[in-house]
Amino acid sequence: MSALLEVKHLKKYFSTHKGVVHAVDDVTFSLDEGKTMGVVGESGCGKSTLGRTIIHLQEPTEGQIIFQGEDVTHLKRKDLDRLRENMQIVFQDPYSSLNPRLSVRDTIAEPLILSHKFKGAALEKEVNRLMELVGIEKRLHNAYPHEMDGGRRQRVGIGRALALNPKFIVCDEPVSALDVSIQAQVLNLLMDLQQENKLTYMFVTHDLSVVRHISDSICVMYLGQLVETCSTEELFKNQLHPYSKALLSAIPSVDIHNPTKRIVIKGEIVSPIDPKPGCRFAARCPYACEACKEPQKLEMISTGHFVSCCRVKEINQLS
Amino acid sequence: MKNITEESKHFLSVQDMVVQYRSEGKVVMAVNGVSFDLDKGKTIGLVGETGAGKTSIAKAIMRILPDHSTYQNSGKVMLDQEDIMSIPEQEMRKLRGHKLSMIFQDPMTALNPVKSVAEQIAEAVRLHSDSNKVQAMKRAKDMLELVGISADRANEYPHQFSGGMKQRVVIAMALACDPMLLIADEPTTALDVTIQAQVLEMINALKEKLNTSMIMITHDLGVVAETCDTVAVIYAGQVIEYGAKEDIFDRPAHPYTVGLFKALPGMNKSSRRLSPIVGMPPDPTDLPSGCSFSPRCPYADDACKRDAVGMQEITPGHTCRCLKAPL
Repeated sequence: MSALLEVKHLKKYFSTHKGVVHAVDDVTFSLDEGKTMGVVGESGCGKSTLGRTIIHLQEPTEGQIIFQGEDVTHLKRKDLDRLRENMQIVFQDPYSSLNPRLSVRDTIAEPLILSHKFKGAALEKEVNRLMELVGIEKRLHNAYPHEMDGGRRQRVGIGRALALNPKFIVCDEPVSALDVSIQAQVLNLLMDLQQENKLTYMFVTHDLSVVRHISDSICVMYLGQLVETCSTEELFKNQLHPYSKALLSAIPSVDIHNPTKRIVIKGEIVSPIDPKPGCRFAARCPYACEACKEPQKLEMISTGHFVSCCRVKEINQLS
Repeated sequence: MKNITEESKHFLSVQDMVVQYRSEGKVVMAVNGVSFDLDKGKTIGLVGETGAGKTSIAKAIMRILPDHSTYQNSGKVMLDQEDIMSIPEQEMRKLRGHKLSMIFQDPMTALNPVKSVAEQIAEAVRLHSDSNKVQAMKRAKDMLELVGISADRANEYPHQFSGGMKQRVVIAMALACDPMLLIADEPTTALDVTIQAQVLEMINALKEKLNTSMIMITHDLGVVAETCDTVAVIYAGQVIEYGAKEDIFDRPAHPYTVGLFKALPGMNKSSRRLSPIVGMPPDPTDLPSGCSFSPRCPYADDACKRDAVGMQEITPGHTCRCLKAPL
């Protein structure tokens, strides 16, 4: 099976008065159709920027985005519209991502109208089908966002994203603002929709238990760079990068009899403005040495398992 | 007489707390008869989802409920054998910060943006002790060091600190006057996991050092597992299950508690589908009759919907507000 999406050496820099922010710095991965890739990392690591750059909400600074075998890195307006039908996004905050002046019907109908594919009765039928698909009650047809709770609003956001039958959806922290019991409903919905429609997800989140549940593979990001990527199972069983180890050990465990052995890392994430070459985690890393000041390369350790750390073999006692 | 001796056993005892707000002509029943006890040096977790009434309970104990919208606030809060609900506000003001203090959820808004962090902590110190300006500043710097912020940064302003650092400043301020009771309202919710790990570790160490009692308010069961001794599960303004941490995590009795655990990703490894709790929490302006969880409960029958359900003992120290429990 060929990859639905390939991202090669993608960079997204922002110029600010303080310097250049390296939000996404040389990220490479590929994603197969029908799969879910989780992107994890802490605030400011560039995971949302990565998602937004891939679907062209922001123009990439450098690198290549290949979607369905076609280079879509730089597109003209007309081609962009066509691409957007296939690439959609569900945003984090269901309280601010919906237009407060559009009803549920109007929110979901808008992309259908703009695409010129539906009109009149067919349009209304399609809106109703989408509402049913994402589990919004018919009585809420004319309701406005402020009249609904977070879970329902997020369903509306998902309905709108699905309207044009996309192949690829970036889910940017779609359940972070929701309570556990509601979060479970929305995660189930996303998984059901994926199965029925062969959707491919890029699931951006800081919640590792959610990502473990929903993803086939995971990218761990730190300050704009990919530090480790492999299958979900492999990451939770055999994480190799010192940052991945610290990140996974930091999740508070609900198992009161087997508390996680915590690796508490010192300090906080440093500024992504004009970073020095070399490993960006080095300042907090317990294994940092001279060699870490050199630029790091993503290296294959085993099939499908890539790590960007010059001491990875030594730390994990691999041959 | 028996009642008094029983009360005095506990460092903190909250009894029949009721908080109601007025909103748009309706009465919001935020807290509906909450009771729990806490011993010296121990931590109780108040767990529940958004709108369950957790923060209202904390604010009622601190007596900082908003005057204009509070419709009713009754109940008894015994702290160190003193009924702090009935003392005059002037007296209460002396207790706040000194005997009990609170860490607020959002470090970004809890600090004064136009005062340096040391000044803010020193202000709290001066209010609650006889120390002069110099002594208070010294204390503020010591507190900052204690929470892992170098005293060199004492004269910086909140915007110069990151989220995790700001939360440390808030914690330093709350601990500056050696409170005997610390109320932490979602202290790590706004933080990243690695920073959360640092802050939780620090809170645990400080608590041990100062023998502070703590109320930990959170929706994160992982945080509860790591910090609490006892747990009260809150639903629609009531404690629906109460017991030692082991009781709640190993033998949850209330269908809501059981549902919360089942809804957690990663708990049920055999299935990819999660088991959400159906429906939504009730509208606090229009609570259902009988058990407030009954409309969402798979075990509910007519009896559950008829009369208010009382707390019943499952095992000694483990109580539950359910007619069907243990399931």
